[in-house]
Amino acid sequence: MIEYRKDYFSDARTDGLTEVGVTRQRSDVLGHVTGKTQYYADRHFAGLLHLKMVRSPHHHARIKSIDVSRALKVPGVVRVLTAKDVPQNIYTILCLIQVEPNDEPVLAFDKVRFKGEQIVAVLAESEQAALAGVAKVKVVYEELPAVFDVEEALKPGAPLVNEYHGRNWFTYEGHHCRRVRFGNVDEGFAAADHVIEEMYQSSPIEHAPTETTGCIVVPDQNERYTCYSNTQALYFTLDNSALILNSPFHKLRLVGGTVGGGFGGKVDVITEPIAFLAAMLTRRPVKYEYSRAEEMQVSSPRAAERIYIKDGVAKDGRILARQVRLYVDAGAYSRHSPYGTTKAAAHMPGPYTIPNVWVDCHCVYTNRTPSSAMRGFGVTIGDFALEVQMDKLARLIGMDPMEFRILNAYRDGDMKAHQKEVDGAALVECVQAASDLANWPIAGRYRAMSSQKREG
Amino acid sequence: MSVTLLAARQARAVPALQAKGGIVVAGGTLAVADLNHGQGPGTLIIVDGLGLGRIEIKGRKVILGAMVTMAQIAHDRRLKFLHPVSQSIGGPAVRAMATIGGNLFAPAPYGDMAVALLALDAEVALHDGKALRKLPLENFLKQRGKYEKSLVVSVSFAMPEANSFRYVKAVRRKPVSASLVTIAAVLPRKAGKVKDARIAFGAMGPCALRARKSERALEGKALDASAIKEAADLAADGTAPADDAYATGWYRRQIAPIHLQRLLGA
Amino acid sequence: MTKVPVQFTLNGREQNEFVDSGSTLLAALRDKLGLYGTKAGCHQGTCGACTVIIDGSPQLSCLTLAERCAGKSVTTLEGLTGNGALHPLQQAFMEGFAAQCGFCTPGMILAAKSLLDRNPSPSRDDVIDAISGNICRCTGYDPIINAILTAAEQLRGARKSA
Ligand SMILES: Cc1cc2nc3c(=O)[nH]c(=O)nc-3n(C[C@H](O)[C@H](O)[C@H](O)COP(=O)(O)OP(=O)(O)OC[C@H]3O[C@@H](n4cnc5c(N)ncnc54)[C@H](O)[C@@H]3O)c2cc1C
Ligand code: FES
Ligand code: FES
Repeated sequence: MIEYRKDYFSDARTDGLTEVGVTRQRSDVLGHVTGKTQYYADRHFAGLLHLKMVRSPHHHARIKSIDVSRALKVPGVVRVLTAKDVPQNIYTILCLIQVEPNDEPVLAFDKVRFKGEQIVAVLAESEQAALAGVAKVKVVYEELPAVFDVEEALKPGAPLVNEYHGRNWFTYEGHHCRRVRFGNVDEGFAAADHVIEEMYQSSPIEHAPTETTGCIVVPDQNERYTCYSNTQALYFTLDNSALILNSPFHKLRLVGGTVGGGFGGKVDVITEPIAFLAAMLTRRPVKYEYSRAEEMQVSSPRAAERIYIKDGVAKDGRILARQVRLYVDAGAYSRHSPYGTTKAAAHMPGPYTIPNVWVDCHCVYTNRTPSSAMRGFGVTIGDFALEVQMDKLARLIGMDPMEFRILNAYRDGDMKAHQKEVDGAALVECVQAASDLANWPIAGRYRAMSSQKREG
Repeated sequence: MSVTLLAARQARAVPALQAKGGIVVAGGTLAVADLNHGQGPGTLIIVDGLGLGRIEIKGRKVILGAMVTMAQIAHDRRLKFLHPVSQSIGGPAVRAMATIGGNLFAPAPYGDMAVALLALDAEVALHDGKALRKLPLENFLKQRGKYEKSLVVSVSFAMPEANSFRYVKAVRRKPVSASLVTIAAVLPRKAGKVKDARIAFGAMGPCALRARKSERALEGKALDASAIKEAADLAADGTAPADDAYATGWYRRQIAPIHLQRLLGA
Repeated sequence: MTKVPVQFTLNGREQNEFVDSGSTLLAALRDKLGLYGTKAGCHQGTCGACTVIIDGSPQLSCLTLAERCAGKSVTTLEGLTGNGALHPLQQAFMEGFAAQCGFCTPGMILAAKSLLDRNPSPSRDDVIDAISGNICRCTGYDPIINAILTAAEQLRGARKSA
């Protein structure tokens, strides 16, 4: 049941909404219920080759040697790809928006940095033959100590995960983390009646889309190649593939379409460059599709986070200072995590006006599966931590948690910690409306408050 | 990479095919999944034509053919006490395919029907190519690797006394999911005292196993709080359940006594 | 790869096919017959996207050997619109926002159909059980369950007035 409360802010906006509040059928739903919707794999290509990947069984290891000779003898195996075959053997996911360095080889060659990292692609006439070929590739490893915990990874002497960075953290404009400084937290804590510090953490979360990640690349006329993909990031994929393949952009064509569930899990451009390369080298259509197990293990999850929040609060309910140390577990490679960590920093200290704020958000490399985008990444886990913290603070000073939030909620015209003025705030009204719906009584003083101005 | 299907015409012919590396595909819910992931053998043995899909009930004796599916059990009114078990396995599509025979080979945390059959003190009939042999399910499960080159023909047991069979399967996702711990118990009583209780656990080891210490703790006692507590405290004793995607072994050992306590107290 | 002939009924019509020995019904439907309405999300029985109806019961085409379908009757989503009109389940899924990305939808509809074919008046719990082997990661199960109950009601109504 959705209820539209147009009485809120009725003076600030006109009621000219023609679509909001109206039920519309999805434009593609007829295809869904009749089975006519075309997903990337709903196509037939004569001579299709199947690509299966040799993956690291270790979290962290040096690759001593790779022997593909026995794989090539498996009936049905057509060829294999190793790092040497990749023109620019490095993923470039965010370099076009200046998030650098590029730090992830397309096919691993000297080292593997997480369990499941791709090393050799085997191309065969059937999936079974490709899997049999994978089983015959012999990789000799020298295992290295691995690190799985963000704070352990930052300690001196921790195993170095990613040599492209040279240290286990992403560097933001010369700083070891993404920082926010506003007011003076020490003064805020000194003036507070209570100071508490709590720790929150989360595990990685896999999107588990019902359709696994994949693509099919087909050679066209004139040395052009068409890629049918379920990526959520068509143009990213085009750019990245062209850079990795050293190919003019116009040689590559991407066809997207209905994605069978993405949730942010299909923006990493991992399968397409390899499938393009395979199609170029064999001149045959190639399909690279994750198995369910691969989807669960190697596709990037939402990052695990650990968050320390230290708050100073006055007896009257005002939060005077908030200090946050937040660690994002990027896993072995950046993918979208440096960006997510910046989002986390901008999201602190939550939708509250606090005069003294100090935030350090660390993007940390560990030997876990690289993490990346997922619905609200960088902010969702932070919100969980912040709101649990708000309840704890309210309890600590004996205040109603709804009223406590209304009191501290930011208002139009307030300055946020990262120096942006608040505009269009609606938190006060949301909490008021939620209280009403939950039959949660709030005092008249808080009911009279508004997002549009701060009471005197 | 070529795969051949062979439809067996006689039970006695199957073990010879197995000895050559063939495997029986019954419901296929595990075997074909392996095949899809490149772990299949060259020969698949189909036993559809051997008449192993029958449920026979003679007096108190129940004989389930190896190819009887979970859905068949769920639709058989005479086996009402087993419905909670068949209903706890997969969704309807899995139940329509999954067989009794396959369930005896299912690795933990699967094998819920085997847990129930173990508590029922079932007997397995299998053909080794020379003769039809019968052995207690417990012996079969303990060495099931050894019997992979035999054809399971049927499983039989005596219908338990009314209301003496109990079953619980702890899962993370309702209504169905793989087991955290599965418990089946047959609790016969004589003059109000427990006599010859049989309790079986699933997901507490590589295959279903009897909780002998808990059984002994109940022997000759009324099913009261103190006897139940004693039996429950011994539940995880000597077990080494695996860590998997559903639970850690540690967690399984923590919850097994609690679920046993609830089941016995119900 | 050895080819073997299989004769079965597909969506009400006699079908004769040569399939690769040891291949699945899912592969036969998609790769041989171009019936892409049947989806694959796991190839191991866990997602339910490949659900079809075989001789009246819901089964997973990814775990069914094509050769074992000889003599059987198979229904896929394409079989529901045989006469052009939408099945009440399709209509209800469409109107009730029970399909977001749509990838689970074919399996959901067939799992629901095999329930309604056997039990025209299912309870909410019956519906939950019927789709318990089908995973939807987008829509949320409530709209799906509601759509199935709505379709059941419509089918009952249609039967009564017939
Ligand atoms: C999504 C999903 C959910 C599941 N949930 C559950 C669950 O909740 N509980 C549970 O217990 N199981 C579960 N299973 C596992 C499995 O479906 C069942 O254990 C089932 O009973 C296995 O039987 P099957 O006939 O499909 O075996 P198959 O896959 O056909 O065979 C499995 C093994 O047993 C051997 N075998 C089978 N029959 C015989 C025979 N007669 N003689 C000799 N060897 C034989 C085969 O050679 C093979 O090695 C689940 C499976 C899936 C895919
Ligand atoms: S593809 Fe068959 S159940 Fe997932
Ligand atoms: S609609 Fe996307 S999985 Fe169900």
